[in-house]
Amino acid sequence: MFLGHAITAQQLYGQLLIGLINGSFYALLSLGLAVIFGMLNIVNFAHGALYMVGAFAAHFLLHDAGLNYWWALILSPLIVGAFGALLERTLLYRLRGLDPLYGLLLTFGLALVIQGVFQNYYGASGMPYAIPPELSGAHNLGFMFLPNYRAWVIAFSAFVCFSTWFMIEKTRLGAYLRAATENPTLVRAFGVNVPRMITLTYGFGVALAALAGVLAAPINQVRPGMGADIIAVVFAVVVIGGMGSILGSIVTGFVLGVVEGLTKVFYPEASNTVIFVIMAIVLLIKPAGLFGKAA
Amino acid sequence: MSAKPVAATTNPFTREGREFAVVLAIMLALIVAAPFLAYPFFVMQALCFALFACAFNLLIGYVGLLSFGHAMFLGSASYVCAHAAKVWGLDPELAILAGVACSGLLGLVVGALSIRSQGIYFAMITVALSQMIYFFCVEAPFTHGEDGIQGVPQGRAFGLIDLSRPIALYFFTAAIFLFGFLAIYRTVNSPFGEILKAIRENEPRAISLGYRVARYKLAAFVLSAALAGLAGATKAIVAQNASLTDVGFAMSGEVVLMTLLGGMGTLYGPVVGALVVVSMQNYLAQFGQWVTVIQGAVFVACVLTFRRGVVGEIAAALKWSI
Repeated sequence: MFLGHAITAQQLYGQLLIGLINGSFYALLSLGLAVIFGMLNIVNFAHGALYMVGAFAAHFLLHDAGLNYWWALILSPLIVGAFGALLERTLLYRLRGLDPLYGLLLTFGLALVIQGVFQNYYGASGMPYAIPPELSGAHNLGFMFLPNYRAWVIAFSAFVCFSTWFMIEKTRLGAYLRAATENPTLVRAFGVNVPRMITLTYGFGVALAALAGVLAAPINQVRPGMGADIIAVVFAVVVIGGMGSILGSIVTGFVLGVVEGLTKVFYPEASNTVIFVIMAIVLLIKPAGLFGKAA
Repeated sequence: MSAKPVAATTNPFTREGREFAVVLAIMLALIVAAPFLAYPFFVMQALCFALFACAFNLLIGYVGLLSFGHAMFLGSASYVCAHAAKVWGLDPELAILAGVACSGLLGLVVGALSIRSQGIYFAMITVALSQMIYFFCVEAPFTHGEDGIQGVPQGRAFGLIDLSRPIALYFFTAAIFLFGFLAIYRTVNSPFGEILKAIRENEPRAISLGYRVARYKLAAFVLSAALAGLAGATKAIVAQNASLTDVGFAMSGEVVLMTLLGGMGTLYGPVVGALVVVSMQNYLAQFGQWVTVIQGAVFVACVLTFRRGVVGEIAAALKWSI
């Protein structure tokens, strides 16, 4: 086979699948960052930490409240999203009108607090979260085994990403959002409660991160460090895709996940760094990112 | 990020010159007295971090660029210096120079990639690139992965001064710190520094005045990277090791905290901030992960209540220009 002797087709498809899974998480997380950035003009450094909190919320719901995965899928984003909205209302709103760098610094501090608290109680070790029984097992596709849960993660993430894109770009609500991004004062003059919209937008972006956390819980273990590990990669994804674009962040997330998976097959030593290398190349050729508008 | 214009002179007969002379004298006295008042190793580490924070502040305070990946310069220089001293058997001052050269070169590459972007974009790019360097250090054989480089020989500086004597090592470290600090002072108060501040305040205007802004930013970036490397390389000789902690993301966050807490865009702020953060880590070590929580809370408090930092607020109250 043209792939050479060391690489079997099985391995290739396996890594492609893992790549798509990671890509789903990158897409959900970078989409949340893009939504928040569009409305609040800040980069939410706490995004990784809130992704971790989403996974922990699923864990608590199962172990302390006896609520299964499907409940967690709904409740965790709601709870964490509400927490995010609270953060915006109490802390972030004080930074309006200041240099956006202060938003980055504040959310970085929040990330440290959140992560530190969880590390204090749960250490560095991970806790397993069982795959829901409805999605256990796998299908034989002929060329590979496709675990049902993984297929679900990819399909559901793609659905959520597309719905979000649709809502922002094609609905009346999205039109308000985009208008408020362009000119908040004018939109307020039309009787729209822009500060509430900003709070809800932050909550929504955070909820997307929490949703990614719930989806990730049965695949990766629930660990306090899971957010810190992924945030740098997600930043790179956002830089590659370009900050302004919703669709760009989705597409870039999925594609880079796959690229990372393929690198694991062909040149495993570089699999941790390939996304950063791609970022460097994109910066050389198109500093505003692949889908971004020039500043 | 806002900061006040800085004294443009070293003339001792002006008010700014006198103030600098006074503060410098106090600092010198403290440096001489410190090893008798506190545990010398602790003071040496604090000096290394203070230099690191000053180097970082050169970018955020005087060019307005927030690098969230400065640990890559500290860490890479630390590794190269440790390797040069241990494996190549170089004298400590040459090993440190090797480390500085490495971080300076890295700064040239990273700077060339990132300075075309601004603000949060720049910050995110530096996060990602420093993570790349981190993974490189995890994988590269000469760094010994999780173990790091241990037992770095301190050797004889310039073939004369035996650095295994604590007092010699202390004054060697203090001299390096002072060199770095004065280099930053000179840079900030030179015509070059004035142009940097002009870029910080109004970049389009600086461009319209004919300055090649990108070159100035790159020069400042390389200088900052090299000085951060000087801190890292010295730290490798002081602590006799180089490890992944120095190149990790948490370290990048810590230097931001030091500078923010002390006062961005002030000359002495980063020194004060570094002292506070290093003491905090030292005395709160028993509380484990709560140190991270406290650091995060300090971050939040700084951003919300005193954005000028400790030194910045004091200077504002005393109407000093620093």
